Amino acid sequence: MKARVYVTLKRGVLDPQGKAVCTSLHQLGYREVTDVRVGKYMEVTLGGLPRQEAEHRLRSMCEKLLANTVIEDFRFEFQEE
Amino acid sequence: MRFGIVVFPGSNCDHDVYHVAKHVLGQEASFLWHKETSFSGVDCVVLPGGFAHGDYLRCGAMARFSPIMQAVEAFAGRGGLVLGICNGFQILTESGLLPGALIRNASLQYICRDLYVRVERQDTPYTARIKQGTVLKIPVGHGEGCYYAPEEVLRQLEEQKQVVFRYCDAAGQVNAESNPNGSLRAIAGLCNEGGNVLGLMPHPDRCAEEVLGNAHGRRIFESIVHAWQQARRMRI
Repeated sequence: MKARVYVTLKRGVLDPQGKAVCTSLHQLGYREVTDVRVGKYMEVTLGGLPRQEAEHRLRSMCEKLLANTVIEDFRFEFQEE
Repeated sequence: MRFGIVVFPGSNCDHDVYHVAKHVLGQEASFLWHKETSFSGVDCVVLPGGFAHGDYLRCGAMARFSPIMQAVEAFAGRGGLVLGICNGFQILTESGLLPGALIRNASLQYICRDLYVRVERQDTPYTARIKQGTVLKIPVGHGEGCYYAPEEVLRQLEEQKQVVFRYCDAAGQVNAESNPNGSLRAIAGLCNEGGNVLGLMPHPDRCAEEVLGNAHGRRIFESIVHAWQQARRMRI
């Protein structure tokens, strides 16, 4: 079972990287862009767990390691093979 | 007094701290490999600067789960002195021993230069020999040193006087120009409620001898030794 994990900065946390990307897009002529936030995308492959258990375990992985909940939010989705 | 310096794969200021403890202060010092699960006879644990576990995922994210960290957390819980310098500070926030987080510098640039910090309180083991309001010149070297915490946490930190070092100019004024990385409230270093755990981004280990052009950092290490000796006298 494969999971896609998205980790994004919480609203209110400064994202200088996103700001720099936004400025670059403006310079390229994409004036319609009003904001960019840069986050992380991870693919986690899990073996031999029923879906509900996998979901429970993955949530715990996110809270413990994959995201720092002081500054980041996370969400994930499963992709059936 | 014995300093225990934790060595993670990627630590690169472990020997700097060892040198200061052993040769500048004349104290005992030993290295603690991150895979150890316990240690004894150590009076102050130092988490040194560097790039523990390659800074992968987030700075300090993996290091906080190194086996030694459970023993460090227990030691801190018993009131033991734990000092985190730079990457060590990041590990302390990741582990929850200190509140908040250290994120990418607002400028996006790695900063490596001398700057000034103001000592905000003298009643911690790390500043026991430095008067409140003193301005110290200390070098920094970091890309992720912007201190962040939610507003209610910042308020609490101020109320409980946990901010120990603030970025300032040479005259001790805190302003936007003297804040190198965008840290909220210009926080350069803070302690836990008990005052026994301290993290700071500047490197006192890199400026503890006149031969290096600056010995301001030595005062922090001397404070630790002084505070430890005072505490021991109280126990006897």
